[in-house]
Amino acid sequence: MTTFEAILLTIVTASTPLLIAALGELVTERSGVLNLGVEGMMVMGAACSFAAAVTFDSTLLGVAAGMLAGALMAALFALLVLGFAANQTGSGLALTILGLGLSGLIGAPFVGARRDPIAPVDIPVLSDIPIVGRLFFEQDLFVYASIVLTVLVGLYLMRTRSGLTLRSIGENHTSANALGLPVWRVRFWAILFGGACAGLAGAYLALVYTRFWSPGMTAGRGWIALALVVFAAWRPGWVLVGAYIFGAATVLQLHAQAAQFGVPSQVLSAVPYLATIVALLLLSIRHGRAIGAPGSLGVPFVPDR
Amino acid sequence: MRFELTPRTNSSTVMRIFASIAAFITAFLIAGFVIWLMGRSPLAAFDVYVLQPLSDPWSLQELIVKATPMALIAIGLSYCFRANLWNIGAEGQYVIGAVLGGWLALRTHGTDAGLWVLPLMLLLGILGGALWGLIPAFLKTRFGVNEILTSLMLVYVAQLTLDYLVRGPWRDPQGFNFPQSVTFDPAATLPPILEAGRVHYGAVFAAIAVVVTAVILGRTLFGYRLKLTGDAPRAARFAGFSSKATTLAVFAISGGLAGLAGISEVSGQIGQLQPSISPGYGFTAITVAFLGRLNPIGILVASLVVALTFIGGESAQIMLKLPLDLTQAFQGILLLCVLAADAMVSYRIRFVTRGGGK
Amino acid sequence: MFSGKVFGALAGATVLALSATGAVAQPKDKIKIGFIYVGPVGDHGWSYQHDQGRQAIEKAFPGKVTTTFVESVPEADSERAIEQLARTGHDLIFTTSFGFMEPTLKVAKKYPNIKFEHATGFKRNPNLSTYAAKFHEGRYIIGQIAGKMTKSNTIGYVGAFPIPEVIAGINAFYLGAQSVNPNVKIKIVFANTWYDPAKEGDAAKALLDQGVDMLAQHTDSPAPIQAAEARGKFGFGQASDMERFAPKAQLTAIIDDWSQYYVARAKAVLDGTWKSEDTWGGLASNMVVMAPYKNMPDDVKKLAQETEAAIRSGQLNPFKCPIIGQDGKEIECKGQGALSDQQVLGMNFYVKGIEDRIPK
Repeated sequence: MTTFEAILLTIVTASTPLLIAALGELVTERSGVLNLGVEGMMVMGAACSFAAAVTFDSTLLGVAAGMLAGALMAALFALLVLGFAANQTGSGLALTILGLGLSGLIGAPFVGARRDPIAPVDIPVLSDIPIVGRLFFEQDLFVYASIVLTVLVGLYLMRTRSGLTLRSIGENHTSANALGLPVWRVRFWAILFGGACAGLAGAYLALVYTRFWSPGMTAGRGWIALALVVFAAWRPGWVLVGAYIFGAATVLQLHAQAAQFGVPSQVLSAVPYLATIVALLLLSIRHGRAIGAPGSLGVPFVPDR
Repeated sequence: MRFELTPRTNSSTVMRIFASIAAFITAFLIAGFVIWLMGRSPLAAFDVYVLQPLSDPWSLQELIVKATPMALIAIGLSYCFRANLWNIGAEGQYVIGAVLGGWLALRTHGTDAGLWVLPLMLLLGILGGALWGLIPAFLKTRFGVNEILTSLMLVYVAQLTLDYLVRGPWRDPQGFNFPQSVTFDPAATLPPILEAGRVHYGAVFAAIAVVVTAVILGRTLFGYRLKLTGDAPRAARFAGFSSKATTLAVFAISGGLAGLAGISEVSGQIGQLQPSISPGYGFTAITVAFLGRLNPIGILVASLVVALTFIGGESAQIMLKLPLDLTQAFQGILLLCVLAADAMVSYRIRFVTRGGGK
Repeated sequence: MFSGKVFGALAGATVLALSATGAVAQPKDKIKIGFIYVGPVGDHGWSYQHDQGRQAIEKAFPGKVTTTFVESVPEADSERAIEQLARTGHDLIFTTSFGFMEPTLKVAKKYPNIKFEHATGFKRNPNLSTYAAKFHEGRYIIGQIAGKMTKSNTIGYVGAFPIPEVIAGINAFYLGAQSVNPNVKIKIVFANTWYDPAKEGDAAKALLDQGVDMLAQHTDSPAPIQAAEARGKFGFGQASDMERFAPKAQLTAIIDDWSQYYVARAKAVLDGTWKSEDTWGGLASNMVVMAPYKNMPDDVKKLAQETEAAIRSGQLNPFKCPIIGQDGKEIECKGQGALSDQQVLGMNFYVKGIEDRIPK
């Protein structure tokens, strides 16, 4: 494997959890709900997936537990913002704080346990293509799943009737409600989907990426996922692009250090964050303000009587 | 079965206070249940978490010390949140305030600079925080960039800036190359209010901020303008209020107060610049602002409550060997309960069994 | 549940502390010892090892010593936690991170009858000792192993921050490697964190992608050595024995072993012989311990064992003069035949052969 291939491979794996979590949040936001609790759902996914994987010695059960934990956290959020029409920003932040604390309690007995790595899945023939072969056809299952998920979310939102319903509810819940569309039900499932994705991303971190549990191990990745949704202007394809760009910025700054440029490491560490700001800025300049943002995003829905 | 929400027209202050108390009780019950699940006595925990700190003068003093920066920052955030603008980068504004104010302390270190140093440091702190806060505000008003994300990303940039400075150019030359600046001179130190105490003048600033904010929000046109911008942006525009000017103003105010908190902590508490100068005050202040329902008095109370959970949490670790994570989980539960209670005051919630509301 | 019991002990201890006023320390029957940790107990690294030391005290003096700890104490807000321990009848308090230096000093001055011990700092008081470990001794040994074993002649180092302790570690590691392999090159990445498994793992992968086949780390999680294992390369555990995370990749580990020191200090308080001191222990005092040498040819193992014995006996000092700086000039030798302790503790230069520059 050449250095170039190796770096690309690392970038893809570093980007995958961001991609998965951001896709889930994208669906939630497209339905008009802003859930800032991605970090909390993700870290709960990590803790629960690892606990289940170690307890039952099964990666599959671990993944299921991670998704379930994320979805349960999301259900709590849904109860608040849909059931009680509570402030979405506040509820999302509360979810993050709760998740960070609760995951620490759940994970505590599993500190120090370890899991074996998951073998990469080699797709025959295709993986022999130079450069892209190794990159795209010899990855762990999560990487394939994340790409399939991107396509599915894109198809669902743009090509299905149900996706159209979800988008129109996100665009204007008052008129959607007037048309008889089930605002609450659609939003509930969209929030749950977002939570399950965040949980899956957490499971990836705990079971594949680091392969052990440590408190607060998501280290701000949930927030990056939120940024990616805005960066992508709420379009799934662009979430994929954005995730890979951010992953590349994170990984390449480390390579820049190893290549001995002599730039302070703090400057290089700041690059991914500055790049995100610049990307958001360029995007806004090109497309005008608030492009693609669902019209009802973050507004509590209380039907007129 | 489904929910049905109707806005209440008669949500009174009494109801809101009653709802807050109910939320607290609910949160305590949930936390007590978790503690019981962990095989500990909820009553003993309540004693250590709440009763003991409140019955001991030393803890009460520490409560004020801990609440001061959170109250200052949260008061500032309440301006933003009232206008429906989401500044979640107060942590970064706090850091840059400390950096800019700290610069003067280092610059005048070892000179005979007199009484003017400290006031100027505080002003620089406010300025630094305000400028850092204005970056996301400017990007939003000029280019429409989402302020939640830019303000958050700038937190990381601010922390790395401080990190670079104290490990590099601002390192104490006599400090064995350890990452910290020189200790501030007495002229650059925010004194304690009482000679032997730990409560510094930052607490006074926080108290002033509470009073001034209460007046501004309740009695001035600017306060009305914020409320209108947040609740009914279209109406605000018809009334001739520029949303751009409002955005810039509230970010400058909240950044400035966060910066003041930063420089106050560094010069009154820590006494030097070092890589880590905040245990996450800027983020915890968001919780405080919501717990206090964006009301200045409420925020003051909420900052003390959150400070209590931290101090009680430490006691619980020492005396009951309860883990730190419990404290954080409790803060999350408390915030969720208060938000739910708030919503219940604002809306009448009914369960409808069939069909209704479509 | 057992708060009543704690209360009894607490009240008793307070009385003891009050009665012990006066310069002469008295022997004590029962003491309480408190610990302040900067990270979670479960970090597998720095705080975890201090907690192992705490447990060793409990085992060594059953019934005589009770211990408590406060974990994840933020450095910027540690004064209260330290004072909390001082106020709750602890006789001896260990604060285990450099960032606790000023707050520990403040509290120590306020409570002259309580003994304090601060790890890795340099400010002392009649009731405040300092202690640290010479991890660079272990790093010289792993440097030799890496120098012998490398096939690509490129070895890597994941550092946390460019502070003197880490710089000294990098230099010792590289000097060790150079002593057995003059052509060896080193690549260094600072993760800018002590503990963020994913980030540390990314840093390790970046080094491995650049052709490094021997990986040393000075960050606390097992993520870097795990990355080496996944790529079929080799690495060295940090702070604790990380063999279970990387059974095929771990050649050895530099273990922080505080238990012997902690037990001795607890005994000194019990005996009434505690004095303010500055301790800098290494292999000889068992503060630094090497995990079993594994996954390497016998000749490399033998070399490592010999070097370890030589350092232990004082025959070999990793920073023996002449030490040549990056610019080719010899560093002034302020110690006896080697760099002085002060020079090592405040090290801010790379030795000749390291092509990187210290980030300033």
